[in-house]
Amino acid sequence: MKNTKTMYIAGYVASVILTLAAYVLVSTHVAHHHLYPTDTFMRYSLMILAVVQLFAQMVLFLGLGRDKKPRWNTYTFIFAGTIVLIIVIGSLWIMSNLNYRMMYSPEQINRYLHQEGDL
Amino acid sequence: MSTNAEIKEQNEQKTLFGFWVYLMTDIVLFASLFATFAVLRNNTFGGPNGEELFNINFVLAETLILLTSSFTCGAAMLAAHDKQKKEVMIWLGITFLLGLAFLGLEINEFHHLAAEGHSWRQSAFLSSFFTLVGTHGAHITVGLIWMGTMMYRVYQAGLNAMNLKRLTMLSMFWHFLDVIWIFIFTVVYMMGISG
Repeated sequence: MKNTKTMYIAGYVASVILTLAAYVLVSTHVAHHHLYPTDTFMRYSLMILAVVQLFAQMVLFLGLGRDKKPRWNTYTFIFAGTIVLIIVIGSLWIMSNLNYRMMYSPEQINRYLHQEGDL
Repeated sequence: MSTNAEIKEQNEQKTLFGFWVYLMTDIVLFASLFATFAVLRNNTFGGPNGEELFNINFVLAETLILLTSSFTCGAAMLAAHDKQKKEVMIWLGITFLLGLAFLGLEINEFHHLAAEGHSWRQSAFLSSFFTLVGTHGAHITVGLIWMGTMMYRVYQAGLNAMNLKRLTMLSMFWHFLDVIWIFIFTVVYMMGISG
């Protein structure tokens, strides 16, 4: 089944709405001196808006999930998505951990290691 | 025993699937660039951060232009399946112009930043920004070259099976670029501006 005109229009309208929603959210946040909505709310809602738009475009523009069995397109997308999550979440986690460990001066680090019995 | 038509159909499915897998690997490439940007976004080396550098209205314009071009590309595909050669040329032409406008705006932004001294050499943040957004821009450029080529091929040879297959892959590529832009728009610009 190829894309119908309805799917393209729906995908376009949905994406415009989701984009404008993000724009309004950020504009409001900046106008209220970054106090309202809160930073956490911003981060989560922007990510959610992006993921929803991702699926809207993947399904309505790129035809994800439309393949008959075996669903190779869907499976490879899920696999790529898994790799992406590992790369992004893994990098953020590791670098955050490194930054935390590197917070102190070398003398402080040495003192800490002596305390913990590692040296 | 498969008929000739069935074999051709299967081969086309395989080609399209192969292109889809390529797009999946491109997603992984962009993911690594995104991860790098996410890690380095606050490493401004005393220089300006996203909030100070990015203009939300400018970015919205870029985004809506690229989004519209994704839609017009879809319209071209619909015309292609209806074997409407002239409509295909028109819709592809509009898609091309919108893509060119997007690229122009982006190059303008890059030039403006570099001219003010905020080049990729100023900080890790800017380094990762230019790499991520620049790679996307490079993909757009290649897509535009491909689009120009396809417009020429369709004009010369019409909407034969080969051109239809190639147009399908081009439209997949173009939609994919807009998908990546969703995240550049969100992670780089929206999250950067909201701080």
